[in-house]
Amino acid sequence: MAVKDAGRAASADSPRTGGQPESAEFIQLLTPEGERVEHPDYPLEISAEEIRGLYRDLVLVRRIDFEAIALQRQGELGIWASLLGQEAAQIGSGRALEPTDMAFPTYREHGVAWCRGLDPTKLLELFRGVSNGGWDPSAHSFHLYTIVIGSQTLHATGYAMGIQRDGAVGGDDGEAVIAYFGDGATSQGDVNEAFIWASVTNAPIVFFCQNNQWAISEPLERQSRVPLYLRAQGFGFPGVRVDGNDVLACLAVTRKAMQAARDGQGPMMIEAFTYRMGAHTTTDDPTRYRLAAELETWKLKDPIERVKAYLVRNELADESFFTALDGEAAELGARVRKSCLEMPDPSPLALFANVYAEPNALVEAERDQYAAYLESFEEAAR
Amino acid sequence: MTRLTLSKALNEGLRKAMEDDPKVLIMGEDVGKLGGVFRVTDGLQKDFGEARVVDTPLAESGIVGTAIGLALRGYRPVCEIQFDGFVFPAFDQITTQLAKMRYRSLGNLILPVVIRIPCGGGIGAVEHHSESPEALFTHTGGLRVVACGDPADAYAMIQLAIKSDDPVIFFEPKRRYWDRAEVDTAGGLAEALPLNRARTVISGTDATLLCYGPMVRTAAAAAAAAAEEGRSVEVIDLRSLSPLDTETIFESVRRTGRCVVAHEAPVTGGLGAEIAARVTEECFYNLEAPVLRVGGFSTPYPPSRLEEHYIPDLDRVLDTVDRTFGY
Repeated sequence: MAVKDAGRAASADSPRTGGQPESAEFIQLLTPEGERVEHPDYPLEISAEEIRGLYRDLVLVRRIDFEAIALQRQGELGIWASLLGQEAAQIGSGRALEPTDMAFPTYREHGVAWCRGLDPTKLLELFRGVSNGGWDPSAHSFHLYTIVIGSQTLHATGYAMGIQRDGAVGGDDGEAVIAYFGDGATSQGDVNEAFIWASVTNAPIVFFCQNNQWAISEPLERQSRVPLYLRAQGFGFPGVRVDGNDVLACLAVTRKAMQAARDGQGPMMIEAFTYRMGAHTTTDDPTRYRLAAELETWKLKDPIERVKAYLVRNELADESFFTALDGEAAELGARVRKSCLEMPDPSPLALFANVYAEPNALVEAERDQYAAYLESFEEAAR
Repeated sequence: MTRLTLSKALNEGLRKAMEDDPKVLIMGEDVGKLGGVFRVTDGLQKDFGEARVVDTPLAESGIVGTAIGLALRGYRPVCEIQFDGFVFPAFDQITTQLAKMRYRSLGNLILPVVIRIPCGGGIGAVEHHSESPEALFTHTGGLRVVACGDPADAYAMIQLAIKSDDPVIFFEPKRRYWDRAEVDTAGGLAEALPLNRARTVISGTDATLLCYGPMVRTAAAAAAAAAEEGRSVEVIDLRSLSPLDTETIFESVRRTGRCVVAHEAPVTGGLGAEIAARVTEECFYNLEAPVLRVGGFSTPYPPSRLEEHYIPDLDRVLDTVDRTFGY
C-alpha cells in the first residue's frame, strides 16, 4: 500500500507555515459537484442501488442529528455532539466494515453507530444522562462511546492484538479493528502510543482520523504543522488522506485498508479531510472563533448534496425516491423524538449497579443505607 | 510445602495461573527475557512464548490501554508497572477507563485486568521508586485494590486476583521480595483465604494493629516486642484495601478497644484516615482511645539516606501503640 505524496509537504522547499496546505492532495471519487472520478489505487465498483443506500444513510443520520440538536435545545438532552458535515466520513467508513470487524468510536460517531445497527435511542440515553452508554458492544461490534480524547485508540489496538492471538488474521475469516478519533486527539499521548503499539505488533487496525479542522475552538494549526496523514509514516505504517466529504472515497479507502489489516498487512492511518459544520457540542458557540465565510466554503462541499447531484444527473433516482426518503426521515425523526420523551429515568438505586462484576461489600452497604434513607421519606409520608 | 521468596512465590502463582487459563497474558517492560527487574516473571516467556509474555514499548498508559482492549477481546492481562512512581502515566487509563467501563456498559462488559505494582521504599532507590500510591486507587470506584504481605499469601493472592472478573490493582511490597517462607504450591485456591478478607496474623486482646504490604512484618515484630512488655497486640493484615474487610476490623476493635493503623503512605488522606473514620463510627462505644495512625509524612518521599526516618519502623509503630494506651 503506497504512501502517496508522503513527505511532500514536509520537504525542505515547502514553506514552513504549519497547518495543512489547502492544495494537499486527497483521494476523491465523487467531486463536490457530483461528478464521478477515478483513482488508480482505489477502483470502486458500486451499483446504483448501493449508492442510493449510502444516500439514504447520509440523509437519515443527518435527520437523527437534527432531531437530537432540537431535543437538546428543548431541554430533553443535556448535551449533543453534532456530526453535521461528517456524515460521509462516518457512513463511508462504517459501511466498509464487515459484521465481524470491531469499531471503537469517540462520542460523535452517530453515523458509524447507525451502520452498526445500533438504535439511535441508545445514543440519546447517554446524552440525556440516563446511562453512560449502556449498549452491549459485542452485539453490534461497536464499542461504547469514549469521552476522554484518544483513550479508545489504545483499547482498539489491544483488541486488535487479541485478534492476532486468536489467529483471526491472515485467513479467509480475518478480522480487523477500526479506531475513530479526531484531529485534536492526534496530540494525545495515548494516540501516539497506540500508533507505536500497532506498528511494532503489526496489529490489524485502521486508524480513522476525522480531521474536521477544529478541536472545539482550536484550529488544526494548534495541533500539527504537518498534514496528519503524514504522521503515520514516522510510525512505520502507511497513511492516506481521503476527501472526508466524499462517501464513495471513504468507503473505498476504508474497505481497502480494512482488508489489508484482515490479511495481516498491519495498521494504516486514514485522514478523512472534512469539516465540522456545526458547533463542537450544543454548549459551544463557533461564532466566537471562526468566520462565517469558512462555513460557507464548506457548505459547497456538502457530503450529501454531491451524492444527490450524482444520482439526479445520472438519472439513478427519481423524485419518488427522494420524496419517499423524506418521509422515512421524518418518521425516523418522530420516532427518535418520541422514544427520547418516553425514556424513563433509571431508579435511584441503579446508580449502585454494575460497579463491580463480583459482590462488593462496600458498594452494597452504601446501596442498602441509601435505600433505607429513601424509604424513610416514604414512611414519613404515610 | 516449599520455601520460597515472595518474588518467587508470585512467579509460581503467575505460572500456575497461566497453566490453568490460556487467556492469561503478562505484559510490561522487561518482563520477557530479563524476567522483570525484580524477577517476578522470570522464565515465563521461555515457557509460555512471546505472545503470552509480552515485552511492551515503554509507555505505561499504552500498557494499560492495550490491556483493556485485550480484556474486551476475552483475555486476562496481568500488567506489570515496573515501579510505583511510574504508574502515573497510566493513571488516566486506570481511573477513567478501566475502573468505569463495566459501569458504563451497564454490566455488559467485564474487565479482568490485574495491574501489579511493586510499591514502597526501603531499598535505597532513587526518586520515584519508593512510592505508596494505594489511596489514589482506593478512592476510585470500580477498582479492587489489594496488597500482599508474605510469600504464602502472595502465591494465592495473585491467582485470585487473576481469577477476578473485576480490575485489580495488586501492590507488591518491594522490600519484602526477598523474604522467604513456606508456600503450599500444591494446595488449591479453594482453601485459600478469599481476596476480600483480612487475615489475623497475631491474635491479641489489648490493641488492634492494622497493616498491609511491607508493614505486615514490621507490625508483627512490633507486636512481639509489645508482648515482652506484657501487652497483647492483635495484628491484622488487611490484604484487601478496597473493599476493606470492615467486619474483621470492627470485630477486633470492639474486642480490644484500641486501634492503630500503620502504613508507609503519607497519613494525610491515606487509608488510615478512612479506617479511623469507619472505626470511630462503628466502634465508638468500645473505643478506649482515638484511632491512631503511623505512616509516612506529608512530604515527598525523601532521598534514600533519609528513608529510615520516613518509613515507620518497629520503634515508631511501638511508640504509636504505646500512645494509644495513654488515654
